[in-house]
Amino acid sequence: MNEATRMPKAALDNLIAILGREGYRVMGPVARDGTVAFDEIRSAADLPVGIRDAQEAGRYRLAPGIDGEIFGVVNGAGSLKPHFFAPAEPLLEIRRERRGFKANEIASAAPPHAFIGVRACDLAALAIQDRIFLHDRFRDAHYELRRKDAFFVAVDCTRSAPTCFCVSMKTGPRATAGFDLALTELPGGFVARPGSPAGEAMIVKLGLSAAGGADEAAARALIDECARGMGRRMDTADLPRLLYDEAENPRWREVAARCLSCANCTMVCPTCFCHTVIDQTEIDGNMSRRVRKWDSCFSLEHAHIHGINLRPKIHDRYRQWLTHKLASWIDQFGSSGCVGCGRCITWCPAGIDLTEEVAAIRASAGKG
Amino acid sequence: MATPYLTHPARIVARRTETAGIYTFTTRFVDPAARAAFRFRAGQFNMIYAFGVGEVPISIVSDPEDPATLEHTIRIAGRVTGVMAKWDVGDVVGVRGPYGNGWPVERARGRDVVIVTGGLGCAPVVGLINYIFRRRDQYGDLHILHGVKTPNDLLYRERFDQWRREPRTRVYLTTDHPDKSWHYRIGVVTELFDELAAPASAIAMMCGPEAMMRLAAHALRAKGIADDAMFMSLERRMECAVGMCGHCQYRENFVCKDGPVFSWRAVKELTRVSGL
Ligand SMILES: Cc1cc2nc3c(=O)[nH]c(=O)nc-3n(C[C@H](O)[C@H](O)[C@H](O)COP(=O)(O)OP(=O)(O)OC[C@H]3O[C@@H](n4cnc5c(N)ncnc54)[C@H](O)[C@@H]3O)c2cc1C
Ligand code: SF4
Ligand code: SF4
Repeated sequence: MNEATRMPKAALDNLIAILGREGYRVMGPVARDGTVAFDEIRSAADLPVGIRDAQEAGRYRLAPGIDGEIFGVVNGAGSLKPHFFAPAEPLLEIRRERRGFKANEIASAAPPHAFIGVRACDLAALAIQDRIFLHDRFRDAHYELRRKDAFFVAVDCTRSAPTCFCVSMKTGPRATAGFDLALTELPGGFVARPGSPAGEAMIVKLGLSAAGGADEAAARALIDECARGMGRRMDTADLPRLLYDEAENPRWREVAARCLSCANCTMVCPTCFCHTVIDQTEIDGNMSRRVRKWDSCFSLEHAHIHGINLRPKIHDRYRQWLTHKLASWIDQFGSSGCVGCGRCITWCPAGIDLTEEVAAIRASAGKG
Repeated sequence: MATPYLTHPARIVARRTETAGIYTFTTRFVDPAARAAFRFRAGQFNMIYAFGVGEVPISIVSDPEDPATLEHTIRIAGRVTGVMAKWDVGDVVGVRGPYGNGWPVERARGRDVVIVTGGLGCAPVVGLINYIFRRRDQYGDLHILHGVKTPNDLLYRERFDQWRREPRTRVYLTTDHPDKSWHYRIGVVTELFDELAAPASAIAMMCGPEAMMRLAAHALRAKGIADDAMFMSLERRMECAVGMCGHCQYRENFVCKDGPVFSWRAVKELTRVSGL
């Protein structure tokens, strides 16, 4: 069964309740601190109903939107990333013994998570993180533990933020993979389609019936319109060659003069995976935890080895970030490291816009 | 569940002071199963953990034929290696590995080998030289080139003198700033290449400051040695050694899993830009 069904808005509470009964911790976009992030929800009322986001480079506001619209907020600072690749997480517990020490893995015993309201770009970003933590030569056990049992309810974008460019990165606005259930929100209800056997089973549990052709057409029309009205775009043609060849383009110094090297862009990016591992030692000195923490290529320690920082200048670090994202990532993992979610543009205090930087480098290529 | 970060306790069974601030530790895994399972290739490295302080990448310098006993030569360089100076026989440390690709010792078989090092001596190269001496008949002539800023920087002076006496082995030493004790060549390492009598079919392996290796590669190229017959071991910060922490990236390369040994052909273009 792969057909679209009609889902009344009231059925969302039912979906949340069923997932809860099945043992999932149900998560959805929740408004807090002036933005939205995935957090635990008990009912649809916990979602930012009737609210929309206003985004621009260096600017984010939540504002009243359209009454009854449940998924009016496109995205916020929080992606799926922190729920799989934790910002800070103990990996090992190392205990001193009479003759030496013993190292034990710390297994996190959290219940499986179900995410409601995941955008296509964030699902694409999760698939990219899977390649790093699961499908390379080594598998990350802590990531895998949370990843394997998660349930995803996607929401197609019928509206984009001015900072979005998923069409350029071919990741949205319609969810095409990585979900169990996908919803398109229409004024009078959702069109729901399954993306996995678990999603098909959920449609049965919800007792949904086939959607009419008119609903499906309306859903398609909204998504297509969203794609056409996408706020930003990026020309990805031959990007690796361009960025490799332009490693000494003067634009890197120009952007470095504006960049604060604050690392916000890497923290909000749903694919950035750099991390460090530090020791947290108990006060008695007999136990030390090896804790993994997010790190950033903008930090001064990132490329530091025995007293030398190999990327001492901000332009070295900005170039590393952008070149990795858009070029070397393709060599390393077979896809771009950018899904076009626009978060790094919105959350940059200096309003630096990677689409603009790429365009500037392209325009001045070969002239440097 | 098995996190790739799991470290295994290993006991120090011997400690040797190479020179002030450089120590060689011989370790054996405490767990016999871990000891029996461990295999490595010349030029690979381990992550060495100091309890409560941290973990750093360190090459294995002992011979791969005896993987139950591992030797690491550690230069005290900072926060983590600083505590290693105090390690002694009987202490238990953490070891996980092996990681990386290692030296192309198979490809080098039957050929002359040119080894270039510089700066404060380079542990991975000592392991490589010993590897070749143990299998002397499998390799052609050995040419060891080493440059230092001042004579005081020449570590293992006796070792160089010992290598020089070995058959089919030539040692070329130079310093930028000689003193009275110096009876080798004067000048930067690249000038040594004027004397180097190695055929174009030789294979070169290098370790040391990247600027030195770059100059050496150009000099070797002038001797007719091909770009893909020159190899260099690179060092980058590493937190994981398994391609996840992101620190060791050198453009498209993860030094931990694609290296640490790279052919000159693979990195030539990259070395032209600083700060990559
Ligand atoms: C493949 C490979 C093989 C190597 N083989 C050898 C070898 O055989 N022998 C050898 O001697 N060396 C070897 N090295 C180099 C060795 O790994 C470095 O010298 C070592 O990592 C330096 O660590 P350190 O903590 O002592 O030095 P530091 O430079 O002080 O610190 C290392 C990192 O810790 C961070 N740090 C420092 N202080 C603090 C603090 N207070 N709090 C938090 N973080 C801090 C720094 O930012 C730095 O990035 C090798 C390196 C590589 C990549
Ligand atoms: S680089 Fe920016 S736009 Fe691209 S995925 Fe990361 S945060 Fe989103
Ligand atoms: S680009 Fe912007 S968000 Fe990223 S480090 Fe620079 S100032 Fe911070």
